Amino acid sequence: MPVTTLAGRPIQVNDEGFLTDPSEWDEDLAQVLATAIGITLSDEHWKAIHFLRGDFAEKGETPTLRRVSTQGGIGVKQLFALFPQKPAKKMAYVAGLPKPHGCV
Amino acid sequence: MKRRLLVLGAGTAGTMIVNKLRRRLDRQEWVITVVDRDDVHPYQPGYLFLPFGLYTPDQINRSRRAQLPKGVDFVIGDVDRVDAPINTVTLADGRTLAYDYLVIASGTTPRPDQTPGMLGPEWRRSIFDFYTFEGARALATALKEFDHGRLVVHITDMPIKCPVAPLEFTFLAEAWLREKGLRDRVELVYVTPLPGAFTKPVASEHLGSMLEERKILVESDFLVEHIDPESKTLVSYDEREVPFDLLVTVPLNMGADFVERSGLGDELNYVPVDKHTLQSKAFENIFAVGDSCDIPTSKAGSVAHFSVEIFVDNFLQLIDGNPMTGSFDGHANCFIESGDGKGLLIDFNYDTEPLTGTYPLPVAGPLALLKETRRNHLGKLAFRWIYWNVLLPGRPLPLPAHMSMLGKTAATTHPKEM
Repeated sequence: MPVTTLAGRPIQVNDEGFLTDPSEWDEDLAQVLATAIGITLSDEHWKAIHFLRGDFAEKGETPTLRRVSTQGGIGVKQLFALFPQKPAKKMAYVAGLPKPHGCV
Repeated sequence: MKRRLLVLGAGTAGTMIVNKLRRRLDRQEWVITVVDRDDVHPYQPGYLFLPFGLYTPDQINRSRRAQLPKGVDFVIGDVDRVDAPINTVTLADGRTLAYDYLVIASGTTPRPDQTPGMLGPEWRRSIFDFYTFEGARALATALKEFDHGRLVVHITDMPIKCPVAPLEFTFLAEAWLREKGLRDRVELVYVTPLPGAFTKPVASEHLGSMLEERKILVESDFLVEHIDPESKTLVSYDEREVPFDLLVTVPLNMGADFVERSGLGDELNYVPVDKHTLQSKAFENIFAVGDSCDIPTSKAGSVAHFSVEIFVDNFLQLIDGNPMTGSFDGHANCFIESGDGKGLLIDFNYDTEPLTGTYPLPVAGPLALLKETRRNHLGKLAFRWIYWNVLLPGRPLPLPAHMSMLGKTAATTHPKEM
């Protein structure tokens, strides 16, 4: 697994740049990751990211868009507005979590 | 007092389980009961061929009861709810069934009601599904009359059962239109919520280039919000529009509603289970097998088959008070029809994506993986006989339950830009 330097410290990532150890994540890192994919984080973004982190801690899996919508209370349409084109993947990336496995 | 095994669902997984377990559980000691809402067991892979007139309806449906062994009680009824804390299932007509162990094998179902506009005035006029017997038959009639325009094949969201079927339908439709001399008058579009043709990178590249060769347009990362039946348009959450003259859609797939009513499901009514043992994460005496559970592999008959093999051995250990030693690896094995009497075969699991090579015998084959051959098509056709006569009765099929890397070529793809 490659190691890269983000927010001034070494971070373990996979081939696609997703963090492989969610515990290496913090909010400063989220800012750096968001900037890397052209997103400026607003309160709404943070609400989604915090839901993702909390749900992952509880369930051990990255939630799907449907789950963020039904359990996290942020509509799918809004998620597409916040994280354009590929919200599931981009949210997971910024939140330092694995890609959701909904796609099998 | 006898011990009671209750199985909800007499489809592929449920039928295999009771056939295998009836032989291995002492009849003096164990009562096995299976519940389903009707007595029609469909050969679901056959739905794919109905629209093209390749199968007749009587080749699809058989009696559920006739697939079950003697010594198993078959109850017809709708499940209202599972009261897991008191080990009881209540049916819609008020009957109750108590159990010591429960297997949920109630599958997954297409739900056109979940997308606004899908079940509107155009349902089965210009909007069709092919994952139901009625839908596939209605589509057969519509295809006969379709001679020009935009034919759009669409997946609402993942996961869906048999995730390769929409691709197969597209390949078959393309070949069928060519055969009829209509290909030049029809624009074929494949609309998917995935970033490419399929879920796994190597297969996605192969299948994507097959779509390209056939001049089929791919609209990827498209998550439908609603269908406008008046303008006949699919509209996505990010406001992209795909117009159609004939839409063949795969509606959102969901587990059974009783799973939700019983508080046993996730947001799509799938039962969260340990992905290696299929044991419910909430109740030790409940298992969810086949499409009804949330394991991260394809919802497919092959997965049901391979996982049932592991489950049955584990179950026998569990009831003897021993730890379950079998571990399911997510093994899936799917034929993909590609039209013109050819097909592909893919073989994969939780950790290894579909690769090129041969199956099941290294080097010799006989079946080529991820490559179009006549033999793979014949394999798919032969599978219908195997399904009824070998698989459902739980007879041994000489295929290992765990995936093997023998004969496979480790391939690499280039990571895509986000």
